[in-house]
Amino acid sequence: MSTIAEFKIPYSQFLDHKGEVVQPLPEFAQDSKILIPLYRAMVEKRTFDSKAIALQRTGRMGTYASSLGQEAVGVGIGAAMKADDVLVPSYREYGAQFWRGVKMREVLLYWSGDERSNNYECQKTDLPICVTIGAHAGHAVGVAYALKLRNKNQAAVCTIGDGATSKGDFYEAINAAGVWKLPLVYVVSNNKFAISIRYEQQTAAQTIAQKAIAAGFSGEQIDGNDVIAVRQAVDQALQKARRGDGPTLIEAMTYRLSDHTTADDASRYRTQEELSQHWVFEPISRLRKYLTELKVWGKNEEDALIKECAAKVQREVDEYLNTPPQDPSGMFDHLYETLPSAFEDQREELRKKGRVHA
Amino acid sequence: MPEINLVEAVNQALAYEMEHDPSVMALGEDIGVNGGVFRATLGLRERFGQDRVLDTPLSEVLIGAMSIGLSTMKIRPVAEIQFSGFLYSNLDNIINHASRMRNRTQGRLSCPMVIRSPSGGGIHAPEHHSESPEAMFAHVPGIRVVIPSSPLRAYGLLLAAIRDPDPVIFLEPTRLYRLFKQEVPDNGKAELLDVCLTIREGTDVTLVSWGAMMNEVQIAAETLSTEGIEAEVIDVATIKPLDMETILKSVAKTGRCVIVHEAPRCAGFGAEIAANLAEHGLLTLFAPVCRVTGYDAVMPLAKLEKSYIPSVEKIIKAVRKTVQFA
Ligand SMILES: Cc1ncc(C[n+]2csc(CCOP(=O)(O)OP(=O)(O)O)c2C)c(N)n1
Repeated sequence: MSTIAEFKIPYSQFLDHKGEVVQPLPEFAQDSKILIPLYRAMVEKRTFDSKAIALQRTGRMGTYASSLGQEAVGVGIGAAMKADDVLVPSYREYGAQFWRGVKMREVLLYWSGDERSNNYECQKTDLPICVTIGAHAGHAVGVAYALKLRNKNQAAVCTIGDGATSKGDFYEAINAAGVWKLPLVYVVSNNKFAISIRYEQQTAAQTIAQKAIAAGFSGEQIDGNDVIAVRQAVDQALQKARRGDGPTLIEAMTYRLSDHTTADDASRYRTQEELSQHWVFEPISRLRKYLTELKVWGKNEEDALIKECAAKVQREVDEYLNTPPQDPSGMFDHLYETLPSAFEDQREELRKKGRVHA
Repeated sequence: MPEINLVEAVNQALAYEMEHDPSVMALGEDIGVNGGVFRATLGLRERFGQDRVLDTPLSEVLIGAMSIGLSTMKIRPVAEIQFSGFLYSNLDNIINHASRMRNRTQGRLSCPMVIRSPSGGGIHAPEHHSESPEAMFAHVPGIRVVIPSSPLRAYGLLLAAIRDPDPVIFLEPTRLYRLFKQEVPDNGKAELLDVCLTIREGTDVTLVSWGAMMNEVQIAAETLSTEGIEAEVIDVATIKPLDMETILKSVAKTGRCVIVHEAPRCAGFGAEIAANLAEHGLLTLFAPVCRVTGYDAVMPLAKLEKSYIPSVEKIIKAVRKTVQFA
């Protein structure tokens, strides 16, 4: 018997969990002026995260999906993308959304249950987060196809979870992306969980990256808690996409340090010991160690950053809390471009109701 | 006997049937170790093992498709779809396969399977978690659509659904999951499917509803009673097939009918009942049939869901108007 095909799945990491460089850094990472903003964005995202949980716990916001421990994935993606690329996000990549101009107050408003939140003030092209798991893998195919049609040298990035890769939507999407050599990068945040379901219950495949092979394009695994590796891999994949060399699947290995959402209690299905073991690998402290060793970061900078982040998050929270409530008739405002007259009386009924409550 | 809530009643029915019928199995996302996101399957994995209480990969299409295969092999699957918004991807399985296997094979194979899913709004859940899709499923020939409105009925109707020889979509009103408790004897007694239940007798108007809205409807009926309006209250319970006889009999007595549902108005299940009244009960009516429904808008996120769901006040107003119609 002969072998007809063989494949390899590369793995890359630059900064290990101790903050030590394990292979020569890519060019951008040799410049601390580029690394520091990555660090700041991760700290800012984490500050936002704990505030959001506090808002939920005190009844000032609805269910919230935290991305504690997964900061490097979102931030690395955000930093690698160009402004006119298009992000098709899942719900945990706030780091990428913030980098691309989505406001913290918009994310808070979303989780408080207010549709107006998705009408981003500064980000006009990216799709809103997708709650029906995996459905947006196919939306990203459409987005990337449009970019290819217009031939504008742009690319799309679609982020999804490990659980989402069990859906037909995902396989159908990567298959088509391969056929049409689309300018599209899939980043799978493999945080080991889909609510209570572990990776091993989701797939018997050794890696998710290898699923790209079946779709006819390359897949790679990276340390998703190493922001340098994320930025580098996404950047390379975007360059490849822009050259017309087709899609890439990046499996970012990370770990969900939080509950699935504030409505979940992860202690039902994972032990405290397991959780503590994974804290060692979280993405922020390793970069701080590295920057400290480079002597470009110290206690003063850290203290100042913490203050800045707290102040910024507080400003956003205040704006969020001061958002005037939407009139109930708002549920008809964007149902159609022009509301058909058949529904006018229903909108009017809600308007009257709004006036009574006001 | 301790009182239990609706989600506990679902759990009790599942446990009873798994205990007494070894062909019954449960499957879905997070139903095993986690006991289901609403805890409807709590403790079942420990009792019946992980092969019969199966945590599936994240794929609703798989859950539906696999249930079809299982049921043709004489296993009785009770599938959980975590939220009703995630049922939609299964329309192909439900419409093209589960509902027609019996007809396609002229009785050689069939799909006695239950798809359970929480439905409706009112619990401040995220996007796509608060749908009321009963009318969509009612449109599909060959299936049953069942919605309980109390712990007692959830227990009896779920047992009936599992024992039914045809596919059943079983929609559980999330708003009622923990709203109130009842004594629910664990006696394995199924309720009858395909019949409406008259849960309050009255002479002035017939109030027809199902699921979570039964709560508001019953409060409205009690309030109206203090004004001297006695409403007959009917819980449809089995949406499909619809027991029109019970509704027609009641309307023949009261001459007036108000239908209440949370789902959008246009082509909601109220339209089917109203059409039947027009066809078969027109001459018994003293007033136009009235529908109190959700709006023809997308089910809003948490902040506006209260404005969307028909209120007790809105039901009372509609009833007064219907009763006062000369
Ligand atoms: C189609 C669909 N099914 C089920 C759910 C309920 N649900 C929300 S998140 C989730 C797990 C998602 O896991 P994964 O894709 O790994 O992403 P993660 O939450 O871990 O970031 C599930 C089952 C959903 N939102 N959409």
